[in-house]
Formats: sequence, C-alpha cells, structure tokens
Amino acid sequence: MEQSIYKPGEHPNLPPPSNTVGPIAWVRTNLLSSPTNIVLTVLSIWFLYEIIPATLEWAFLDAAFTGESRDECRAKAGGACWAFIGERFNLFTYGFYPAEERWRIDLTFVLLCVALLPVLWDRCPFRKYGLYFACAFPFIAGWLLLGGFGLTPVDTDEFGGFMLTLVIGVTGITFSLPIGILLALGRQSNLPVVRVLSVGFIEFFRGVPLITLLFVASTMLNYFLPTGTTFDLLLRVLIMVTLFASAYMAEVIRGGLQALPRGQYEAADSMGLKYWTSMRLIILPQALKISIPGIVNTFIGLYKDTTLVIIIGLLDPLGVGRSSLADTKWTGLSNEMYLFVAIFFFISCFGMSRYSLYLEKKLATGYER
Amino acid sequence: MNETVDMSNGDTEKEIVIVIRKMHKWYGQFHVLKDINLNVERGEKIVICGPSGSGKSTLIRCINRLEEHQEGEIIVDGTELTNDLKNVELVRREVGMVFQHFNLFPHLTVLDNCTLAPIWVRKLPREEAESTAMEYLERVKIPDQANKYPGQLSGGQQQRVAIARSLCMKPRVMLFDEPTSALDPEMIKEVLDVMVELATEGMTMLCVTHEMGFAKTVADRVIFMDEGEIIEQNKPQEFFDNPTHERTQLFLSQILNH
Repeated sequence: MEQSIYKPGEHPNLPPPSNTVGPIAWVRTNLLSSPTNIVLTVLSIWFLYEIIPATLEWAFLDAAFTGESRDECRAKAGGACWAFIGERFNLFTYGFYPAEERWRIDLTFVLLCVALLPVLWDRCPFRKYGLYFACAFPFIAGWLLLGGFGLTPVDTDEFGGFMLTLVIGVTGITFSLPIGILLALGRQSNLPVVRVLSVGFIEFFRGVPLITLLFVASTMLNYFLPTGTTFDLLLRVLIMVTLFASAYMAEVIRGGLQALPRGQYEAADSMGLKYWTSMRLIILPQALKISIPGIVNTFIGLYKDTTLVIIIGLLDPLGVGRSSLADTKWTGLSNEMYLFVAIFFFISCFGMSRYSLYLEKKLATGYER
Repeated sequence: MNETVDMSNGDTEKEIVIVIRKMHKWYGQFHVLKDINLNVERGEKIVICGPSGSGKSTLIRCINRLEEHQEGEIIVDGTELTNDLKNVELVRREVGMVFQHFNLFPHLTVLDNCTLAPIWVRKLPREEAESTAMEYLERVKIPDQANKYPGQLSGGQQQRVAIARSLCMKPRVMLFDEPTSALDPEMIKEVLDVMVELATEGMTMLCVTHEMGFAKTVADRVIFMDEGEIIEQNKPQEFFDNPTHERTQLFLSQILNH
C-alpha cells in the first residue's frame, strides 16, 4: 500500500487540479465534452452566424426611421420601415383616448409602478404605507382612467392599445390570485356545498374556451340581464378574463396545497390554530411558494390572452396594428407591426418570469441544508 | 355541547386529566380501536407500546382529535371531545403533541415556530411569547439556533425544537408519537434526555415509543396494545418481569432479545 505523506487526521485541504477550473476548463466541459457536443457547438455557431447579421441589417442598418409613407421608406432603404411605428406610436399606446387627456394614462402608469414596488419588493422603504397605497390604487386608477368627479369622463370604448392590455392584464392578475386561492381552499373544504360549488366553477370555466366566454360577455349577457340595463363591455370582459384565470389559478394552487406533507396540517391543528389562521400563516405561505412557477405561468398566459379581445371588437395592440395596416399609406408592413407588438409582450412576460425566479430563490433560503 | 365533567372524586387522591370510556374507532369498515378504557392521572407518565398497526398512534391522536372516534367518550381536562369545534380547540390548547417527523414549519425560523401558537392562540404579546420561547429553547439546549430555519438543523435538534414548540403553549398534557423513531441512533439520546427531564418536572405524558429503556426509567405505567385493544397494563417493573398475556410475552421477547 502506498504510504501517504500526511499522518491520519493531518491532511490539509488542497486546491483542485488546475485543469478543472478556469475558462479553458469551462469550454472543454460545456462546449467540447463529446463528439455530439462538438457537432452541436459548431452547428449553433453556424446558425447564429447566419441569423444575427441578417436580422441586424434588416432591423437597424438597412432600416428607415423617418418617412411619411411606406413608399418613402422603401425609397430610402430596403429593410424595416420603423417610421410606421413612429407615426402610430400614440395609437399603439393610448388607443383612441382623447389626446388632451392622455396625461391621465401616463400618471396611472407611474402610479402603477409606485404601487407595485412595495408589493414586489419586501425591503422597500415605507413598505407599510406603500401597501396601503397599493390597496387604494385600483380605485385611483379607475377614477383617473374613467374620469368623473372633476375629470372629463372618458368612455371605455375609447380605451385601446397597450393601455387596454395593461388594464385587462393587471386587473385579471390582481383579482385572479385571491379568487383562485379561495377556490382551491373551497375545493378541499369539508363542507360539501362549498366543495361542489368550487369544483363546478373551476370545471366550468376551465372547460370552456376563453373566446366563448368573451362572446358570452359581449352578446349573450344582454339576453340574461333585464332589458335596458347597460353594463359596460370592458367590465364584462374584465370579469370573464378574471374568472377564467381564477379557475386555472385554483388548480395550480391546489397542486401546491397537495404537495404539502399532511404533517404540516396536523401540526397546525394540534396547536389549536383556527382554520383561517393556519391557512394564512402556515399552509398558504408554503403552498404558494411551491406554486410560484405555475402561478406566474398562468399570469403570463392571461396577459397574452388579452389579445383575444380583438374578436369582440376591443382594440388591443394587435387590433390597433391591423387597423393601421389597412391604411393605404402603410399597407404591407405587417412584419414591423407584429415584431413591435411581440417585443412589447416579450418585455412584460420576460419581466414576470425573471421576477418569479428571483422570488423562488429568495424564498428558498433557509429551506435547504 | 359544552359538557364538563366533575373529576374531583372524593375517594381518589389524584386528579384525573384524561378519561377514555368505551371508545371505538373505525377507518371505514376497519375496526382500529376496540373498547378502549383509560384514565390518566395528573403527572402520570404512560408509555404505550405494541406491534405496528396495533392502533397505539391512533389512540393518542384521538386524544387531541387529529382522529375522530365514533363511539364512547374522551374527556380531556373536563372537556369532552365532540364535533363542537370550540371543545376541540379548547382541548388542543391544553394538549401538546410531538410527532415522529417533527412537523416543524420550514418557512419559519425556530423562534417563530415556537411563538406562533402562543401569539395566535393564546394571544400573548410578541415580546412575552419570545421570552417564553427562549426559555424553553434553553431548556432543550439550543438557544443559539433560535434564528435558524428548521432545515438547517439536525434531526435531533429539530425534534428538540418541536418539543420546545409544544411546551411554549404551557400544555397540561404532552403526547409523543414515536418521537425518536425517525432519528439517527446518535441523536436519540439527546431527545430522550429532554423527555426524561420533562418527566421529572411532573409533566403528564403519554408516549408511544419503542425505547424500552425510557419506559423502565420514566414510566409510571406501560400499556401494551395489539390489534386495537389494550391487552395489558402494569407498572414497568411488573410489565417487563412478569408479563401475563402471551402476546405481551411474545412482543417483549422479540424486542428485548436480539
């Protein structure tokens, strides 16, 4: 047997061999570890080489940023015609909201950011007051956007563009989470009536396409409501989108609730905690943490589904874009339009996705050994 | 049904904390507990043993109504366990429970685990709950872990936290459901030491365990269960030296001689 140069118990901690750390080792293990890996690396580089320069050329180098019409753009450059987006930018953002009142949308957006800060960031200064503000925000936003009480009233059919997307998306997200939690708890309830109602609600809204619900909201509801009642179309859409997302949310959260060991429920019960206290302090914090990926997934789905409102005549960014393409001045520029709208959605959704990763990481500390 | 029962019988000297009378329990068609009769005196330490599936865990889980019984009555500290949630909560407040798998709340620190029930059930102010919690964490010898999360502790430490958490409610009875069977061998002693100390301080304890050494040194009474029945109960000395029932003899020979 080989004699160790150290006595038992005196072996020092040595650094790892130099060829296993550093950038060369990284390239070797991640890019060139096996023949298949080498082939994939080469293919990827070739693919990027093919695609990146062409895209850059179309979008930036050979693009026209100014111009009055498509033909003017084409005369200047062979690539993208961003002048189209530039001219229609306000329409994309504000829809048909009266131009002199658009500051109200800007202000609402700023206030939304202010309200989100304390909700999303737990070390925000003055967080307690921030949360009070966040609770008041929906009412403030409603007042600013709709007017009345000193502001010029604006009808909801003048809403459109990204602003409409945000109104539907943020409302749906804000209300679908609490309703989803209640439905998920209801589905697990010991009271048969509560359970049956929750299951019925969830299965109905999950089993019907959102488009159908939107059609119901826009036309059929008139048959059920007493004649003469006016019930704002946007409000109906908001309710339908929220209920639809709630049903999905409930199932995602049910997954989290079922993933908790029974012992957590039993420990809470054995200490004499009341149902709502143990749900709020013990069960839900853990179940929601487990469900974060699914919850954010549902949020993102809902946010993108807001584009469906186009079929009942609301002008979301895609609706605005398509009506702009109908203008003879700008006809044929669908690539630019769809890319622009795609970038807007991507930024929002990617933001949500990154935030969920941050949250998971933050909440994970202390769980693992 | 806030029925309270007068326990102060003139001729018995000791106060009786738990009365179980003609209690039966079924899981669906399966008869798990059959005609259980048991009185527990204040300060008494009872060890319940028996083969797995004999209903011993179910029995102590009935005492704080984690399991519901279908027949007979269970009266804890003057409160009968019925479907009335008020009674159930009243009993659970006075009865602490320690589980085989600790069941600490992983998202809360050790200290928050200990103060949660005192704050929300007993409505104590936070400072008072925290000082009580630190007192008990010192008693189980881990005050320095107060701000860690359960996942950062060893199994033995977690179980000691779980004991401290129960004690923070100042319970009159403690139930232990196999508190050492999920632990690595070298950690069993630290948990048993805490339990022995608790016993010497006069806590009423019902303990489901296979630690026969613990039963011999601490228990006032050992109960042997098999197939949902109490087969035999006696003082530990008598129980181990002269078991009368043959099923008890078989069980003891299996766990003691190996």
